[in-house]
Amino acid sequence: MMAAVPAENALEVNDLSVHFGVTQVLKDLSFGVAKGSALAIIGPNGAGKTVLLKTLIGSLPHSGSMHWAAGVRIGYVPQKLDLERDIPITGIDFLKARAAVAHKATFDMSSVLTLVGIPLDVAQRPIGTMSGGQFQRLLIAFALVADPNVLLLDEPTAGVDEPGQEQINELVRRLQKSQALTVLFISHELSVVYQYADNVLCLNNERAWFGPPSTILTPESLRQIYGGEVSYHIHEH
Amino acid sequence: MSTESLLLSITMAVAAGLVGSFAVMRRMSLAADPLSHVALPGIGIALALHIHPVFGAVIALVFGALLVWVVEERGGATTESVIGVVFSAALAIGSIMTTGEDLIEALFGGAGALTWSEKIFGLLVATAIVLFVIVFRNSLVIMMVSPDIARTAGINVRWFDLLYLECFALTIALGLRYLGVLLMGALIIIPAATSKRLSHDLKSMLWFSVMLSVISTTVGSGIAVHLHREAGPIIVLVATALFLLSLIPRPAERRRIHG
Repeated sequence: MMAAVPAENALEVNDLSVHFGVTQVLKDLSFGVAKGSALAIIGPNGAGKTVLLKTLIGSLPHSGSMHWAAGVRIGYVPQKLDLERDIPITGIDFLKARAAVAHKATFDMSSVLTLVGIPLDVAQRPIGTMSGGQFQRLLIAFALVADPNVLLLDEPTAGVDEPGQEQINELVRRLQKSQALTVLFISHELSVVYQYADNVLCLNNERAWFGPPSTILTPESLRQIYGGEVSYHIHEH
Repeated sequence: MSTESLLLSITMAVAAGLVGSFAVMRRMSLAADPLSHVALPGIGIALALHIHPVFGAVIALVFGALLVWVVEERGGATTESVIGVVFSAALAIGSIMTTGEDLIEALFGGAGALTWSEKIFGLLVATAIVLFVIVFRNSLVIMMVSPDIARTAGINVRWFDLLYLECFALTIALGLRYLGVLLMGALIIIPAATSKRLSHDLKSMLWFSVMLSVISTTVGSGIAVHLHREAGPIIVLVATALFLLSLIPRPAERRRIHG
């Protein structure tokens, strides 16, 4: 089933394909993302979810078309990064670097830190010594420094403990509403997807499904996507 | 040592400290050595053609950096293999082409007085490198954490990678007359590695690295004059001694560990 065609899209993708040598990772993907909506990208490991996000930010060569609406400013939050513990860059250095590159004359560091819930003393620590959850919030703060209107998040809660996961999910949700952000996020947590996404793009190695969660996240289609039995619980809030 | 030679060696040390900071943070420490070897065939060709050896070295290093950049695009283990093979071969070819006194001088530095063209070229290049790293330090920091987020921040990652590698290559070129092909990589890496141990933010990393590099160069040169030895090896030994000192845990560090 097709999702309702939105009046104005932040992103239009048509027949997008990505190859790594002879291996085809993404094949003929077509979907649109309405401004201010949330798209969840799900699928088994190795289905090309991260490749899709990296293609959308222009890091990978592709065929087919991909159009971001005029005036789109992208904030990208990558999957867990491999950092040395002793790298002498603090959270503050990292955020200041973003503000400087964006040529922001005035930059309210404390309000960004408050927004993502990082205490100042944590932000003053080297980024390699932060916990998974703290660094993830810092990456979100980094993405927010340049006032994006689109956020791309690659498994923002991977490697974060459960209370931390919920805080990050809530944070993204809150930002999406308060700043009218368009959000594309990769997730393995189907309950989160069900709760937060307006549409779901589901990839497996053979094909892709696209539509609202109520249509995509049925036991029947999940069996096709992941192969075998998949069960999940929807948390009621 | 004349005033302008002292000024040149200090500017070179500042450039080495700044470039080295990012080399160490980008985990490029091991690339410094092989890349510096590529200068040797450049020196050999220049001597054969009767042009100034430093300019032969500069051209070879600029091409060497370009080669690393092109190979890096392919990524992964290929980069390391290519750097290992190509630059070791460069050292072998260079050693055949350069012989006797010239070879020892190229490998370990030390030479007669610098010509005016060398001094002016050296000062200009060193100043350009210092300005590049200071002006673009924020872009370099973001690229180092993640090239992907750097791209979304509008940074031309490939272009900056090339510029940084060229700065690195030119810093090696700057030090060839003082430290030679085999030791200049050490002046770029050791003060920065020491600084990394002492620093926990960007500002202190850059400052300590620059200061340690300048101290190693000036103190090393002074000791060399006193002992009537070539400066290069002594500069590197001073830098190494400072690194060893930095390994002693400081009270602040112990507090952090137990706190």
